[in-house]
Amino acid sequence: MNVAPAGAVATARPRVPLLYNPTVRSIAYQALLCAIVAFLAWGAVANAIDNLRRANIASGFGFWDDTAGFDISQTLIEYSTTSSYGRAFWVGLINTLLVAGIGIVLATVLGFVIGIARLSRNWLVARLAGGYVELIRNLPLLLQLLFWYNAVLKALPELRDSLALPGGGFLNNRGLFLPQPLFRPQATAVLLALALGVAVALAFRMWAMRRQQRTGAQAPVLPVALVLVIGLPLVTLVATGAPVEFVYPEIGRFNIRGGIEVLPEFIALVFGLVIYTAAFIAEVVRAGILAVPKGQSEAAASLGLRRGQSLRLIIVPQAMRVIIPPLTSQYLNLTKNSSLAVAIGYPDLVQIFAGTVLNQTGQAVEVIAITMAVYLSISLVTSLAMNLYNRRVALVER
Amino acid sequence: MKSVVIRATLAAVVGLLATAASAQTLNTVKSRGILNCGANGTLAGFGLPDAQGRWTGLDVDFCKALAAAIFNDPNKVKFVPLTAKDRFTALQSGEVDVLARNTTWTSSRDTSLGLNFAAVNYYDGQGFMVRKALKVNSALELNDAAVCVQQGTTTELNLADYFRANKMKLKTVTFATSTEAVKAYDAGRCDAYTTDASGLAGERLRLANANDHIILPEIISKEPLGPVVRHGDDQWFDIVKWTHFAMVNAEELGITKANVDDQMKSDNPDVKRLLGTEGKHGEALGLTNDWAYRIVKHVGNYGEVFERNVGQGSPLKIGRGLNALWTKGGLQYAPPIR
Repeated sequence: MNVAPAGAVATARPRVPLLYNPTVRSIAYQALLCAIVAFLAWGAVANAIDNLRRANIASGFGFWDDTAGFDISQTLIEYSTTSSYGRAFWVGLINTLLVAGIGIVLATVLGFVIGIARLSRNWLVARLAGGYVELIRNLPLLLQLLFWYNAVLKALPELRDSLALPGGGFLNNRGLFLPQPLFRPQATAVLLALALGVAVALAFRMWAMRRQQRTGAQAPVLPVALVLVIGLPLVTLVATGAPVEFVYPEIGRFNIRGGIEVLPEFIALVFGLVIYTAAFIAEVVRAGILAVPKGQSEAAASLGLRRGQSLRLIIVPQAMRVIIPPLTSQYLNLTKNSSLAVAIGYPDLVQIFAGTVLNQTGQAVEVIAITMAVYLSISLVTSLAMNLYNRRVALVER
Repeated sequence: MKSVVIRATLAAVVGLLATAASAQTLNTVKSRGILNCGANGTLAGFGLPDAQGRWTGLDVDFCKALAAAIFNDPNKVKFVPLTAKDRFTALQSGEVDVLARNTTWTSSRDTSLGLNFAAVNYYDGQGFMVRKALKVNSALELNDAAVCVQQGTTTELNLADYFRANKMKLKTVTFATSTEAVKAYDAGRCDAYTTDASGLAGERLRLANANDHIILPEIISKEPLGPVVRHGDDQWFDIVKWTHFAMVNAEELGITKANVDDQMKSDNPDVKRLLGTEGKHGEALGLTNDWAYRIVKHVGNYGEVFERNVGQGSPLKIGRGLNALWTKGGLQYAPPIR
């Protein structure tokens, strides 16, 4: 029996009994650990099932198709009180994704602005940004959400004194009401024009970059892109005879009817999450920019690039390599923090599913397990997307 | 030797994971020396601590009566404030021994949650509160209204049912706690706030200007509220049930906190059996024979508790209504002790 790897037989090793063989031992210990973990997990599950049965608590996922019977204030998909618990779950999930998606975009923009402002040479701007970060970062998020919600509610006028917005919208303490566009069939032409405009603009940008690399000549990318993306659909809109109608909201006895309704709970939640997370992103951005060696900006300056240009073309692309990994965890935080919506009455997944559905069905184990699995999936998908992006911008060693 | 240690450790760890679904609640409570009572914490008249941390309310007094029956001391209760959403989980997991938190008795809660409703200590129904300025006189005029409601309640479901049955449109705004829901209503987020009628009376008094708000006349549901225990411990279930019945029987027999000592000398056989001067009805429950005497002596009979917390002796001034004794046209009726 020869266990030594090939080519290492030159020195005769003393024979070790199997019991004291380090490889055998480490494998045995790991197998033992796995067995213990599996046994504990099995014990916990078996215990839970046994206790549930003994206490006569219903279990299983049969509740999924039962009638929910409660109302939800914001539903992006069709839902009524006669819909099922499963439908309520999807409503909650979509509401969570909506807040997370909008929150991530806005927090990124605000975070980058604040982060760069903190490094500004303008004393006032830098100090203001610094004060913002210190103030926001050090207050609990729940407190901030309650503050924004009550601030939003208190600051806005009552229904009867609604602020009329230009273009037919209303703003009051029931929310923001906007005209809802209704598209006639010809409107597809406008959408096509928009898609065409975007595609041509992107192609033009690529052509301009190639030409600049080849000849050094610059092309007016931004004006051309604007004309293509905005102008082209606009021309089509007029040409096809404006196939868009608007449903204007109007004040009823109690509430505003018609139009698009944006709940104050939603506004407060997005506001709170964006402001809070932006403070952290600002620090991440600042750290990333400071991590780029000073020689890089000096080199950019010596090439004659203006500060804005060197920031955009030299500093930020390099800083991104440092920024992206911690930025990912901020995105995950924002998504998970959106579950605090329950405190201010926004119907997210936790409020609808881990709240009302759990309470009504009494099936805490199943409902919480589903909810956790959903948050885990959202986080893993976000991580995956950010890791792919990270791989693209990471330093390619040649 | 080593394997024995490992086996013992494993057994201990797995033992820890097993929650005690035992049928020994009374013994657990006795050896702990204190009763854990799931209470409301934010509802005037039912369960609310004051600035000194003293709890008062109808449900609070129920737990005090239970503690008096077990320990001869109404203060051996730890009140655990629970939200509507979390209350059943707290009871199921054993965090509290009894849940006395204005909880509506429904079939699904009684069956699929693994719980037992012991008695009905308050017959309630759901109502609406609106601003006077809205000039609404009936809940049927609330079509299209925004209504604030607390999550995890039968209220949430009744509301949706009522609007659907009457073909009215509804905008529900749901909050985790009643405090948040009332605050949002007060801030003008909703046209109406809905909960049990008794709760409306309490919440109305806590608003900035109570007189700007009215409670609409419609009662849209049956809400029998009562103490709840876990499934599977019949002795404990009996004790909780008969604590309420003892208070109702005491009122029916005219035994009050003030005259209970004199009543100990009574010749009335009903009184003698209730107060334990005759028979062994307390021991049959696993308590002492003077269990009902202790309840009335320390806490009072049902009528006294009612008037003190929600009736004429309280700011709520709610009439007895359905909660009068059966002899006075109400629904409070207790089986006899014999």
